[in-house]
Amino acid sequence: MTERELIIIGGGPAGMAAAIAARENGVKDILLIERDQCLGGILNQCIHTGFGLEYFKEVLTGPEYASRFMSKVKSMPGIEISLRSFAVRLTKEKKLTYLKPGKMEKVKAKAIIMATGCREKTREMVHIAGMRPSGVFSAGLAQKLINIEGLLPGKEIVIVGSGDIGLIMARRLVLEGAKVSGVVEIEAQSRGLARNIVQCIEDFDIPIYFNHKISRIYGKNRVERVDIVRVDGNFNEIPGSSFEIKCDTILMSVGLIPENELIEMAGVVIDKKTNAPVSGELNKTSIPGIFVCGNSFKVYDIVDSVTRDSLIAGKLAAEYLRSRR
Amino acid sequence: MKQYDVVIIGGGVIGASIARELSRYKLSMALFEKEEELAFGVSKSNSGIIHSGTQNPPGSLKAKLCVQGNALTRKIARELGVDLKKVGSLIVAFTEEERLELLKIKKDAEILGVPGLKIVGRDWIRKHEPNLSAQACAALYASTTGIISPYRLVYDLCENAARNGVEFHLSSKVEKISALPVSDGKSGPRFEISTPKGSFRTRYLVNAAGLYADEISKMAGAGGFEIIPRKGEEFLLDKKREHLVNHVLYPLPTEKSKGILIIKTSDGNPMIGPTAHDVTDKEDLSTSDAGLKEVLESARKMIPTISESDIIAYFSGLRPTAGHDFIIRHENAVPGLLNVAGIQSPGLTSAPAIALMARDILKDNGLILRKKRFFHRHQREENHLFAIPLDKAKKLVKKDASYGDIVCRCEMVSAKEITDAISRGAMTLDGIKFRTRAQAGRCHGGFCTTRVMKILAEKTRRGLAEITKRGRGSEIVKGERGND
Ligand SMILES: Cc1cc2nc3c(=O)[nH]c(=O)nc-3n(C[C@H](O)[C@H](O)[C@H](O)COP(=O)(O)OP(=O)(O)OC[C@H]3O[C@@H](n4cnc5c(N)ncnc54)[C@H](O)[C@@H]3O)c2cc1C
Ligand SMILES: Cc1cc2nc3c(=O)[nH]c(=O)nc-3n(C[C@H](O)[C@H](O)[C@H](O)COP(=O)(O)OP(=O)(O)OC[C@H]3O[C@@H](n4cnc5c(N)ncnc54)[C@H](O)[C@@H]3O)c2cc1C
Repeated sequence: MTERELIIIGGGPAGMAAAIAARENGVKDILLIERDQCLGGILNQCIHTGFGLEYFKEVLTGPEYASRFMSKVKSMPGIEISLRSFAVRLTKEKKLTYLKPGKMEKVKAKAIIMATGCREKTREMVHIAGMRPSGVFSAGLAQKLINIEGLLPGKEIVIVGSGDIGLIMARRLVLEGAKVSGVVEIEAQSRGLARNIVQCIEDFDIPIYFNHKISRIYGKNRVERVDIVRVDGNFNEIPGSSFEIKCDTILMSVGLIPENELIEMAGVVIDKKTNAPVSGELNKTSIPGIFVCGNSFKVYDIVDSVTRDSLIAGKLAAEYLRSRR
Repeated sequence: MKQYDVVIIGGGVIGASIARELSRYKLSMALFEKEEELAFGVSKSNSGIIHSGTQNPPGSLKAKLCVQGNALTRKIARELGVDLKKVGSLIVAFTEEERLELLKIKKDAEILGVPGLKIVGRDWIRKHEPNLSAQACAALYASTTGIISPYRLVYDLCENAARNGVEFHLSSKVEKISALPVSDGKSGPRFEISTPKGSFRTRYLVNAAGLYADEISKMAGAGGFEIIPRKGEEFLLDKKREHLVNHVLYPLPTEKSKGILIIKTSDGNPMIGPTAHDVTDKEDLSTSDAGLKEVLESARKMIPTISESDIIAYFSGLRPTAGHDFIIRHENAVPGLLNVAGIQSPGLTSAPAIALMARDILKDNGLILRKKRFFHRHQREENHLFAIPLDKAKKLVKKDASYGDIVCRCEMVSAKEITDAISRGAMTLDGIKFRTRAQAGRCHGGFCTTRVMKILAEKTRRGLAEITKRGRGSEIVKGERGND
């Protein structure tokens, strides 16, 4: 089995920042593993602007923001990048198994940084009664379909949840000629950034229903309509408040879950509610030498803070490796 | 016009089992299914349990066929390489009164010939089922209960039948059945069936149309029963809870059903359900808040640590009921028509026994059965990365590079498995999900849907906008960007 100083899993903004910082702090042998065909992570599908205000003091799109880090990581000797490489197993001895086309590799690391991002909550995780037709997407999947694949997920849309991704997708869909009939939020206010409420919803006159939820989905093959109902402070339905919206598509923007199944497999203590590592200190876990950064450590609102904190992860890993020499 | 000895209507587990059984004989045969793929009816949404045969009314057809079917399914699963896990089951008693009830169930089952039964007490339960509620005081253990992937069973039965000469017509709804004048009474065709893909003639007609068996029987001129759908809502838990239980757990049965179970599934995710409520609409596969509540409450009575946040998916299925028992009979008023209807639970388990019974009834009614010299008994096994140890995976990846190209992250499904599924008949995203588990994990396709769509479009030479979830009308997207 080959041995490496530091292995970083995930080549999004978090993994790239961690690699750069680790290298700058003296780690000379770094393997950066990314399952996609290119670095950049979720930023590749975020073609809207609003990235980099804090870190670069500039207004950038997601791909622009990512590309600045990509060129830097690629230019640094000592960082080996392995693309189309899917980490599938990690042990507490820091042995990592990953698959790539034609190959299965097993490597042992002295330290590990996990930067695997997060996944979206889906309709299945918040029970919505009714049928299960096609046309129910998580907002991020819809974003990928439009921005990367050039496909239109639907024409008459209802968005569930008012997280940033949902808000941004509301605007995106209107610009693509779709009708967004409403954003339905169970809480009394949005979890999204104020600027997104203004720029993505109010500027486009999209109705937003606070204290409401979808109570039923109709349609055998494709979504046909939904029932919306008002809820009280305990999220209980208020009888008689139900109304119907016709739509062919539902986007779910109901939260993100840190992707931590690999370290959970290795025995790192994970918070059952949030799926984030239980940790007293930024980027650290219950196993010394296994670090976590970016959206897999906790769900961040803006990428600039991901970069800031992930640079620290790289530095912590470097310190850990130095202390063990 | 194409002519057959036997036509089967319905590509669920019943039609598939009959098709495979009859493919041993020198017959020309075809199966017609209205959906784009096989196993898209009742046989896709059930509990996947191969029941031991307890809890059925003594003297009923289903009691007898279930016990036989359990043993036969084991044999067939071996032959076809379908994963059947013999996990055993417990019917759990919470009071002394319920414990006495167990003794009665055991006695009834023993009369039916159910093997491997024993009553176990608190200590046994603590040891073998540690998450079970402390209130549980006794249980009836049945060693022969198994779990299986119901759709993979149907796919393998049908592939094997096709290999042995049965023709399969998909997207071929039987819309009309006409009786033919019996000019050549001995061997000529007696029925003409019309489908959107043309008309066909047959001498024998097997009605295995599940929820629509009443309509088919009527079309053929027999009628005689009505199918009432009885809905069952089921809720799947995260794979992280795989070891929640070691057996299939039943409460004591009620008049209408076996109650809310804790089910191990062949793919690892535990499942809780199903409810049992009669409905009127045969297409009503909705789930409800009330169903969720009912299932959670009953499940927690057995396993108190189950929480709503463990649920990662839900669905419902409709049991095709026609009274209390199966209807398996030749309609003497319409010679050549065999109704196999009202196949409610335990239909999945009973299927191979039903197939034998169907064969015998056809024979008694003049179908000549001559064995083929060569019958392909076995099926080539498929590989699933999620089901094999990593060192075996390593060898596969070496042999075929695309095993190393992971498409679905949650369930570890490679591009190779997706293309295999397509070459074996998957046409829709659900068809791929059932065969490979891609999109069935905790992110529900958030990650892999676009990749699976692309592979499917490329392999079946269709545009991305034509790809569907489960057949026409369920297209995933509404077209390409910018060109409406
Ligand atoms: C849809 C969406 C819209 C957003 N919009 C904005 C915005 O407008 N402004 C803003 O500032 N922020 C925005 N954000 C937030 C910001 O983009 C994210 O916080 C940031 O990208 C998180 O970085 P990350 O590196 O932690 O995760 P990711 O970018 O998700 O990167 C994780 C990487 O790990 C890889 N990976 C995961 N598992 C494995 C494995 N097993 N093996 C190998 N590789 C693996 C993935 O392929 C991915 O490349 C948005 C986020 C999302 C999801
Ligand atoms: C919630 C639930 C849980 C269950 N759990 C279990 C269990 O654990 N164990 C067990 O043994 N049993 C179980 N069952 C019962 C079992 O699923 C059924 O008995 C079995 O699947 C019935 O199979 P079938 O082939 O008769 O019906 P189907 O699978 O519905 O097949 C009939 C087919 O006919 C087709 N069809 C209908 N009309 C036409 C037409 N006009 N032309 C062409 N094709 C047509 C349909 O599309 C369908 O594919 C359960 C059932 C439910 C609902």
